[in-house]
Amino acid sequence: MPSDFDTSDCYTIPGKLALPYTYFAGRVGSRFITTLRDRHKIMGVRCDHCDMVLVPPRQTCERCLRDLSDQWCEVGTRGQVENYTVVRYPDRHQPRPVPFVLAMIRLEGADTPIVHLLEEIAPEQVVIGMAVEAVFAETTTATIRDIDHFKPCDS
Amino acid sequence: MARRVGICAVAQTTYQRDKWHERFQGMALEVLEPLLEKTGLDFSEERGIGMSISVSDDVFDARTISDNAMTDVLGAHMRCEEKVAQEGIQALYYGLAAIQSGHVDVVLVLGHCKESQGQSRNMVTHLAFDPFYTRPVGLDFTAAAGMQAQAYAAASDVTDDHLAEVVARAGRMARMNPATPETAVFSPEEVLASPMLADPIRAHHAYPVSDGAVGLILAAEDRARDICTHPVWITGVGNCMDSFFLGDRDLASNFALKKAAARAYRRAGIDTPRDTFDVIEISDQFAYQQPMWMEGLGLVEEGRGGAWIAGGGPDAMKVNRSGGMLAGNPLLLGGLVRAAEVSLQLMGQAGDRQVADARRGLAHGVMGPAGQFHSVAILERD
Amino acid sequence: MKKNRNVGIIGVGQSVYSSHREEVNQPEMINEAVVEALENAGLTIDDVDCIVHGNMELFEMVHQPDLWHTLGTGAFGKESLRVTTGGTTGATLVAAADHLVASGLHDVVLAIGFEKLQEGHTTGGITNMADPLWGRQLQTGALTGMTAAQMIEEFGEQRAKKVAMKYRILMDQHAMKNHKAHRRLGLSPDQADELMENSPQLVGELRMIHMCSQSDGACAMVFASEEKATALCDQPAWIKDHVTAHREEMFCIFGDAPVLSTHRYAAQKLYQRCGITNPREEIDLFEMYDPSSWWGSDWLREFLLLEGDEHLKMIENDEIAMDGAFPVNPSGGVIASNPIGATAMVRVAEAALQIMGRAGEHQVPKTVNQALASGFGGTMWTVLTLLTRQAPW
Repeated sequence: MPSDFDTSDCYTIPGKLALPYTYFAGRVGSRFITTLRDRHKIMGVRCDHCDMVLVPPRQTCERCLRDLSDQWCEVGTRGQVENYTVVRYPDRHQPRPVPFVLAMIRLEGADTPIVHLLEEIAPEQVVIGMAVEAVFAETTTATIRDIDHFKPCDS
Repeated sequence: MARRVGICAVAQTTYQRDKWHERFQGMALEVLEPLLEKTGLDFSEERGIGMSISVSDDVFDARTISDNAMTDVLGAHMRCEEKVAQEGIQALYYGLAAIQSGHVDVVLVLGHCKESQGQSRNMVTHLAFDPFYTRPVGLDFTAAAGMQAQAYAAASDVTDDHLAEVVARAGRMARMNPATPETAVFSPEEVLASPMLADPIRAHHAYPVSDGAVGLILAAEDRARDICTHPVWITGVGNCMDSFFLGDRDLASNFALKKAAARAYRRAGIDTPRDTFDVIEISDQFAYQQPMWMEGLGLVEEGRGGAWIAGGGPDAMKVNRSGGMLAGNPLLLGGLVRAAEVSLQLMGQAGDRQVADARRGLAHGVMGPAGQFHSVAILERD
Repeated sequence: MKKNRNVGIIGVGQSVYSSHREEVNQPEMINEAVVEALENAGLTIDDVDCIVHGNMELFEMVHQPDLWHTLGTGAFGKESLRVTTGGTTGATLVAAADHLVASGLHDVVLAIGFEKLQEGHTTGGITNMADPLWGRQLQTGALTGMTAAQMIEEFGEQRAKKVAMKYRILMDQHAMKNHKAHRRLGLSPDQADELMENSPQLVGELRMIHMCSQSDGACAMVFASEEKATALCDQPAWIKDHVTAHREEMFCIFGDAPVLSTHRYAAQKLYQRCGITNPREEIDLFEMYDPSSWWGSDWLREFLLLEGDEHLKMIENDEIAMDGAFPVNPSGGVIASNPIGATAMVRVAEAALQIMGRAGEHQVPKTVNQALASGFGGTMWTVLTLLTRQAPW
């Protein structure tokens, strides 16, 4: 309800869901994140059956249900923009003030693009197919944001 | 051979931006009372409603076990109630299964949602994303839709002008629907001038936040014929789940929708879906989804959604006479409202939006980022 | 009622239940159970038509978690359904799978219940189920000392406390034979007196030792049509019937309406529908959803339609032990393992394993012809399921 709503005729109780959560990355997720944080390398997993290098990595291939947890392979820190949107509505769960660009970026060697922030470029200048590279975070958070964002680069 | 299942009655509240004067239970009562009145049913053991299927979401309701709040209004005191915590149209799929299994003869379906209660719908849908790879970049269903809209624009002939017409038409249709009294009516020019939300989706392309409740009565054939004069038979259902990571998917391919539709058509015995439906209600949360879902259903030639709009296809094919989801239905209930609308059409109770002689209709629901999950129901009357 | 066709349980999978499953994220934990269930059933994911999924989402704060969990559930490209009913979710998932197969819509359904309680705040999550206007400031999660107080009043403090502790120790002895169980404490009967006095009090006479775990875990089950079940499995566990009874939360607390027991109501209805006149004789085994040993003791009377102190005697005389006349929770029950969204399913799964003869070290020594499984949740909701050795319909 809008903050200037006249409540003189109705009874309201404000509420807030404030439950603490701690998520476990698991073995596979931890390996990805520590490699990213400590070595600035991005890892994917390869499913031999489906013949695909999957990023982000996951323990199980969604399609054939095979265990991929030992099938690590490194992918590049550069890639191509395959798709993007410009987020223009502000909200509290966002990592940046609007407008910011979310792009689907296929890293060298990967068959699946990841979604990440694309910065150091005006939204109007973003072009599908452009080359981008990862910029690693100064302060790490043990998430995909250990890559702080992607920026344009020479192809 | 399992027995046929019919929809015997439908009821819904209005869908409005902020039903500040109602709690969930109040909205649900507005639906329950007309359903009981129209059908003459009660919750007695022998011949009454044997099972209640509720639809609600714990995160939207900010309440653990969101159906716990609703027990009395769902008739579930000392009775069976189960919550479908997925797109509401799945309550039809589940109710069908429960009756065809032989376990129960008469089912109440009742869904509610108050999107206005939370600070932001996008904050809720943001929570569908995983904590390590996708939440930290701020994804939510609107941003995901933006990317799908981009992919669809590249793959089809749909332009900004086409989408403006879709939105303008939705407003005009909503004017004829007493359930959507607040839906704004925009001219195509106003839509084109509206600011971008998540490029290429514009602010006016997006379905408004709303509160409301909707319900149906389902019954096995022999009971259905007693309860109402023209039961609406559920002759086909089908649904399908796509991959979770957006990058694992081909966003413009309609992979899940094509499979869901094929399953529904097969179960309904439909070989040529085009030209078979008298009325179609699809869940278009964003304008691009109207032509895109129509292509995915096989009702419009793939890649030709724009030409379909320009040629007056939506009117000709009687698509979203209710105003669709663009007119404003809560995220979780969209497909169930679509099923309710098709039922009203087939029952001849659709007022100013009535399609003459409607005998067969299609209802569609969608859930998840960029339509990860789709569900289709085919409804027919004798 | 006449069931359209028989449904058999042909495979069961469980992740190990624990409070420290840091090495897996949610879909990976689920996948453990899925892989085991498919192996147990002799199937691959390609043989499954539909995936049914459920949990209590506020415990992990993931909106529509089945979307993310496709990474581990095998739901990609398949039909699916998501049903959640609080603590009874797992049992409702069994009912849903039963409906989906019995209806003829599907021949093989995989149902998955899970919870990763360590990632959230269990008591906070449960308290959040109370009405914000009328109840939230009063509820203390799932912790209540009322049943203990009632039993003490009815049977005297000494006897009531001894029975609850005996029940607790018996359950732990069962859990010691279940390698999947979360808490296997190795309690021995001679500790009973000390534990009764020294275990920290939670609410009144409900002490830490009586109360169930908060576990991480997933349970998966494979349900098949009669034709497929008999072809694939030498001894399926058939689903005869299930009854669900909910209870409205408010007027039972604030009004003077009689407090009806959904357990007793559901039991009466189930037995009547299934032609059971003497449950204690005709049912061979009971996997009861027992969130505390006070509730477990008390509810035995309700579920078996007993009067007076019959139920206490059953515990005092070891009838409920694994090798007793009426075994209860050979798995160790909920006090040993409680991954909430899975827990009610685990009861059915464990009862099924007993009929199938696959319960390993905690297999009861007698032939199980009819097994009962209960689910509990919400405001005293009950889901009661009856499984049989012979195809029932």
